[in-house]
Amino acid sequence: MNRVPELGARDVTKVYGGTQALRGVDFDAAAGRVTALFGENGAGKSTLMKILAGIESPSTGHVELQGRPTAFRHARDAADAGIAIIHQELSLCPNLSVQDNLFLAREEPGRLFTINRSRQRRAALDVLARLEENLDPSTLVADLRLGQQQVVEIARALLQRAHVLIMDEPTSALSAPEVAVLFKVIRDLTAHGVCVIYVSHHLEEALEIADDVVVLRDGRLVATAEARTVDLGWIVLQMVGRDQESLFPTRDLIIGDEVLAVEDLVVADPHNPDRLAIDGVSFSVRSGEIVGVYGLMGSGRTELIETLAGRLPAASGQVRLDGQPLSRAGVRERIGRGVILVPEDRQRDGLVPTMTVGQNLSLAGLSRFARRALLSRVDESAAVLSMISDVTVKTSGERASIGSLSGGNQQKVVIGKALMTGPRVLLLDEPSRGVDVGAKADVFGLMAEQARRGLAVLFNTSEAEEALHVPDRLLVLSRGRLVGEFEPRSISRELLMSLADGAARRPPTSDGAHS
Amino acid sequence: MTVDTNVARTETADAEVQEAAARARRLFVLNLVFEARAFIALAVLIAVFGFLSDSFLTVTNLITMTKHVAINAVLALGMLLVILKGGIDLSVGSILGLSGVVAGELLGGVRLDIFGVVAYPPVWVVVIICLGVGTAAGLVNGILVTRFKVAPFIATLGTLYIARGIALLMSNGQTYPRLGGDPSLDNTGFGWIGTGRPLGLPTSIWFMMVLALAVTLLLTKTPFGRWLYATGGNERAAELSGVPVLRVKTLVYMISGACAAASGLIIASELTSAAPQAGETFELNAIAAVVIGGAALSGGRGTVRGTLVGAFVIGFLADGLVIVGVSTFWQILIKGAVIILAVVLDQGQQRFQRRGAAAAAVAASRRPD
Repeated sequence: MNRVPELGARDVTKVYGGTQALRGVDFDAAAGRVTALFGENGAGKSTLMKILAGIESPSTGHVELQGRPTAFRHARDAADAGIAIIHQELSLCPNLSVQDNLFLAREEPGRLFTINRSRQRRAALDVLARLEENLDPSTLVADLRLGQQQVVEIARALLQRAHVLIMDEPTSALSAPEVAVLFKVIRDLTAHGVCVIYVSHHLEEALEIADDVVVLRDGRLVATAEARTVDLGWIVLQMVGRDQESLFPTRDLIIGDEVLAVEDLVVADPHNPDRLAIDGVSFSVRSGEIVGVYGLMGSGRTELIETLAGRLPAASGQVRLDGQPLSRAGVRERIGRGVILVPEDRQRDGLVPTMTVGQNLSLAGLSRFARRALLSRVDESAAVLSMISDVTVKTSGERASIGSLSGGNQQKVVIGKALMTGPRVLLLDEPSRGVDVGAKADVFGLMAEQARRGLAVLFNTSEAEEALHVPDRLLVLSRGRLVGEFEPRSISRELLMSLADGAARRPPTSDGAHS
Repeated sequence: MTVDTNVARTETADAEVQEAAARARRLFVLNLVFEARAFIALAVLIAVFGFLSDSFLTVTNLITMTKHVAINAVLALGMLLVILKGGIDLSVGSILGLSGVVAGELLGGVRLDIFGVVAYPPVWVVVIICLGVGTAAGLVNGILVTRFKVAPFIATLGTLYIARGIALLMSNGQTYPRLGGDPSLDNTGFGWIGTGRPLGLPTSIWFMMVLALAVTLLLTKTPFGRWLYATGGNERAAELSGVPVLRVKTLVYMISGACAAASGLIIASELTSAAPQAGETFELNAIAAVVIGGAALSGGRGTVRGTLVGAFVIGFLADGLVIVGVSTFWQILIKGAVIILAVVLDQGQQRFQRRGAAAAAVAASRRPD
């Protein structure tokens, strides 16, 4: 590329605790163009963006602005240099008005120490008009739809005269017309020479808006190209890597009796009681079988698996383990009866950061090592060591701190912890989230091994490749309903995605209201 | 990209790896020093006061000071459990006072109107009832925190006032004098709790040692201890692992309440009198001991050994300053400075640990495969 890059990263490495998020990344984004960043969960996209925006500093390497090395100490430094970032999780204060949010920490000075509100209001109206968002600047942000809040974030970046705009999943909460407006705004910005860095899981959408394409995999930058020279298939191939078939080994099935049966399950959305997260779902899982649940954000995949684990209450319906109802049992009782969850967010729900690798592993099955009232250290240590080798955790020992492990090894600890309870049903919520490609293969291998030993395995995923290759049977969830059940290798990726997407991306109703 | 820049980049990377490895080693040594900081502080205190005063390092004085330490240490061991859970118990000083008042009331005789007699329960019954009162007060704290989701700070602030109020109402603000009992009523022996000297050491010191041992066993050898560390370290993960989180939380407040009641009995017995105001602000000394001992107020991190050292630092500092004749006003100021210093050092240690881990990870990751 001959253009002078507006913003770049040189040999950037980032380490969190023991996890390496970026490995020697060289990245360039040009002025007046949209650079789309692709990668699976955990590939390092978010980390790279945070470093470019000055929110995190690189462990080694540096950021370049218009070819000059820069070191941002704070996000504010980057903002002053004209770099704005719009996060996946919006960073607006809901208790303040649109106008107050737009000028937060950059208030227009009035007389003495006051704020010049009328000037702020005029500027706010101007920028909102440019974004075709007909909003009163004195509206509380809390009263806005998510899509409108996103527009407010973009307006704030425009007001700061940002010449680099980093957007993390900007369309995930937008309706189709809102996406169209956003893309028009982005075109308008690039025509004025703004450099846009765009990250999205919606590959098609991102490819539509992109001029340049950059693909990250496993913390490394693996490919760059001009958008018009590539297609979706190429991007997916780069994201997943060439060894994708070896990730998903085939195996012989020894399917046994039905272990877990779900009948007409209904679960209320814990965040929005008027909505049903799961709406009349029935299925079963047999011993020796791996069942996958594929669904997009908001499909109810997490709620389904958390209900089975006893974390969320079911509104109605039946869940049976070996024919016995589980309905009222809580997490602890279900673990005792052999149903245990490997949660999606291992930092938040899976690991105790203050304890060692061994203590984390034995936590759920601790009562097995109690001799009278006291723990038998010898038994515990023996079981922990054998589990460390069973699930192939790479660690300096059972006494190592859990933070010293890489993401993949931490995930193996969480799985090992579940296995130490001697379960009959293993539930896994996005088991490959945030682990690198090698560890992913290990995790799927572990699931297959447990199924071979006769466990009933149920996992959910938002990655189509996993959904098509890992399970023996695939359930597709869309908006809380079961919309399909397949032999996974029998359907195409396109059919799967449109099934899951179809209901979720229906054209918005009259006023674009989107829950 | 030309070959030359590649070579240059590899060299920079090598330098960075070596630097990271050296940094990891340096931070490891610093970490060891930080780890032992409470012990070092105690040793420095003993050395300085021993140098400044001839009477400081005598056996009699050491025993007297340790007796003072014991009262705070008993409170602090209960407090440690609550803090490990990620909570706080502000009510221990008031529970201590209430326990003494209950003992005073019982030893003074209980009028049983139905039978028209006054009953004088024996000392062991009094002790059990007082410990029961403390445990019940802790249960109230636990229920407020677990069932009614009141923040621990607020819940125990409330019970701080309520327990003190009950103590003042029961005693009508008066001190119960002469708790020695009467041989004719067969309720003597209360004084032994605070003034007895089995094998030459005061009972309170024995009690502190036994309690410390019991709490150590509880924390390191039982499932409950592991559950407590897990709950404080990450409550959500603990719950999903099947830890009975609510039971663990309730139980630590009950133990803390019982420890406070035990402290109240020791004080009332040492003075053979019980004042309703006893134990005011003692909760702060207990928290200070736990914090100086290296426990994290966010939960999940802390040891019995550290807490004991913390209690000794606070106790020896206070008594030492008195012995060398420093004014009470300065003592208060110095205590505050010591607490802040302890926490600042603790934050420093955590930062060093994180940086050490990151440096080690960089060094490991950039090594050629």
